[in-house]
Amino acid sequence: MKRYLLGATAALAMIGATAANAGTLDDVKARGELICIVNTGLPGFSFTDESGKWQGFDVDHCRAVAAAIFGDPNKVKYKPATGKTRFTILNSGEGDVIFRNTTWTFVRDVDVKLAFQGTNYYDGQGFMVPKKLGVKSAKELDGASVCIQTGTTTELNLADFFRSNKIKYEPVPIESNEEARTNYLAGRCDVYTTDASGLAATRATFKDPQNHVILPEIISKEPLGPATRHGDDQWSDIIRWTTNALVAAEELGITQKNVGELGAKATDNPEINRLLGTEGNLGGMLGLDKDWAAKAIKAVGNYGEIFDRNIGPKTPIGLERGLNALWTDGGLQYTPPFR
Amino acid sequence: MASIDSTARSAQTDDGQRNIIARLWYDKETRSIILQIITLALLVAFIAYITTNAIANLKLLGKTFSFDFLNDPAHYDINQTLVEYSSTSTHFRAMVVGILNTLLVAFCGVILATILGFIFGVLRLSPNWLVSRIVYCFIEFTRNVPVLLQILLVHGIVVHLLPQPRVAQESANIANSIFFTNRGVFAPMPIPEAGFNIVIGAFLAAIVFAVVFAKWAKAKQDATGQHLPVFWICTGAIIGAPLLLYLMLGMPLAWDMPALKGFNFRGGFVIRPEFLALWLALAFYTSAFIAEIVRAGILAVSKGQWEAASALGLPRGRTLNLVIIPQALRVIVPPLTSQYLNLTKNSSLAIAIGYMDVVATIGGISLMQTGKEMETMIIVILFYLCVSLTISAFMNWYNRRIKLVER
Repeated sequence: MKRYLLGATAALAMIGATAANAGTLDDVKARGELICIVNTGLPGFSFTDESGKWQGFDVDHCRAVAAAIFGDPNKVKYKPATGKTRFTILNSGEGDVIFRNTTWTFVRDVDVKLAFQGTNYYDGQGFMVPKKLGVKSAKELDGASVCIQTGTTTELNLADFFRSNKIKYEPVPIESNEEARTNYLAGRCDVYTTDASGLAATRATFKDPQNHVILPEIISKEPLGPATRHGDDQWSDIIRWTTNALVAAEELGITQKNVGELGAKATDNPEINRLLGTEGNLGGMLGLDKDWAAKAIKAVGNYGEIFDRNIGPKTPIGLERGLNALWTDGGLQYTPPFR
Repeated sequence: MASIDSTARSAQTDDGQRNIIARLWYDKETRSIILQIITLALLVAFIAYITTNAIANLKLLGKTFSFDFLNDPAHYDINQTLVEYSSTSTHFRAMVVGILNTLLVAFCGVILATILGFIFGVLRLSPNWLVSRIVYCFIEFTRNVPVLLQILLVHGIVVHLLPQPRVAQESANIANSIFFTNRGVFAPMPIPEAGFNIVIGAFLAAIVFAVVFAKWAKAKQDATGQHLPVFWICTGAIIGAPLLLYLMLGMPLAWDMPALKGFNFRGGFVIRPEFLALWLALAFYTSAFIAEIVRAGILAVSKGQWEAASALGLPRGRTLNLVIIPQALRVIVPPLTSQYLNLTKNSSLAIAIGYMDVVATIGGISLMQTGKEMETMIIVILFYLCVSLTISAFMNWYNRRIKLVER
């Protein structure tokens, strides 16, 4: 119930409290915890395990930021949001940052006044159908009922895709990934469409994942990344460079295991030294400790480790690195230099 | 007494201003004016505060306050549209679609809730123990379970229990023309052909005739005491005349039959599970409250009225129609209005099952895609306010009409 009123309460919050715009870092420090806006439940990316602890790829990014600020990855309060409520929660000051597989688009960046801080997962929108329907291509979906999460870019891509291919469909709007799963399995819709990573994650939770196929078409670019509010550049820098640091760590071969050793004293590699704070003071420029990046890596590992642990080929989600491999391996993950 | 008072007053004049304020304060009328001014000032200050705060916050975020976005293309599709709409239509159009969907479910809900409510309310008073107990259990269940859960429950039942289209084609249908699937109920859609306008004309004429006839019959009864079977004659005219003409004209109505093509049934007329679930759940929930209101209204009419009617030899049905219900209505209508308003406002829970009402379209997807929280929420709030006030105004008019005419 409460969730459906969030739009209204957030509009109210905008009236009531003065949004904490400048000085988010000070607010976070004073509060003693980071408020991270995450998905209400998407296996592999952001979900609660049996013991009620938040887990996943996006959650680990939140933990990295908390570790960079406080030295403690557990100082995070997770604020689960639906596709519809996430921006309002951020803009009304009820959260500090969005790590919720959110697509970076022009309108969101410019008009919704979000500040996107890079891309931590390159994705694209796909379709999942039951194998028994015998569908081979998304273009054969004329007349199908399509389950879709409302308030997302996928909703817009879907309309574009069917319009440009001149085929019809029945949109079945759904609030969350969990409800979409229920409706898809009950046969309310023939097709479920969302980011390909989300499809893989959802399929992994089925009893019979082998009976569902993800169609070959990827109909959109979905660069997913963290977002902050417009107007607080220091805070934006912290989010951007903490996520960059995780990628840089993978490039430089810094892992959760060896970061303690490499960060203890200056090594022969000046790049590693600058990143881990044994040479220069990049952390200080951000308003953080010298060893901010080392703390983040210590907490969650480098980008590759986060990927493999949560969504990689050895997990039930089973996603390949693909576009998300390092640029040196033919992927798109690339960080500007730390200097 | 008066002299003491005046001396005391003159003695106090030296105290100056404090005295005047005290005197003003102890004067009942001035005090109430002062308090009202203070309250008003606080209210104005509060509104000014939240307005400036909202403006300041919007400015901080770099957002402008403007309704221009309504003219931009919406870029999303809606599954149930009463007017023409596509993803290239504007946000304004999407809002209209949402508003119509809200009004549709509210209108259908109010009608069904009223019918069910009156039936349940009367049955609840039935002398038959079993009937009254069963209705009692139904009422207590529906009105004590949150309506959101009931919406989800009905939707769950429709989506999980009804078969998929392919199965429905084999088994779940009536005469191979109405199909019950978990994608909705598909029924043939009538398409008028040449000559059907005459049938519609006959239907309208029959309604006019019925109204005139009922008035005439009442006048006749008042004058002569002779009673005519008005109900049966009117019903016969309204149903019979168009039906007769329809058959005589050779049934000028084509039917667009639903047929399974590919993934879904196509053609015909569809009631989607989301509409069905929202409609039924809202109607059941509200009907339970209406039933209790109707029961209270009937019980509020004193026993003497029943006895007097029966002493005059009126049968039970007539007693209800002519004596009890007209008096009960005066008790029933004001709380009934609240129930209609509740139903309309509860329809905003539609988004829980993905029914595209005004909250889901302009207050949901449009809000999300444009980031215009303030503007869209203002639209939605004003819409509900207007609808509620309209319903209130209508019910107040009706209430005045049926109130006891004192002679």
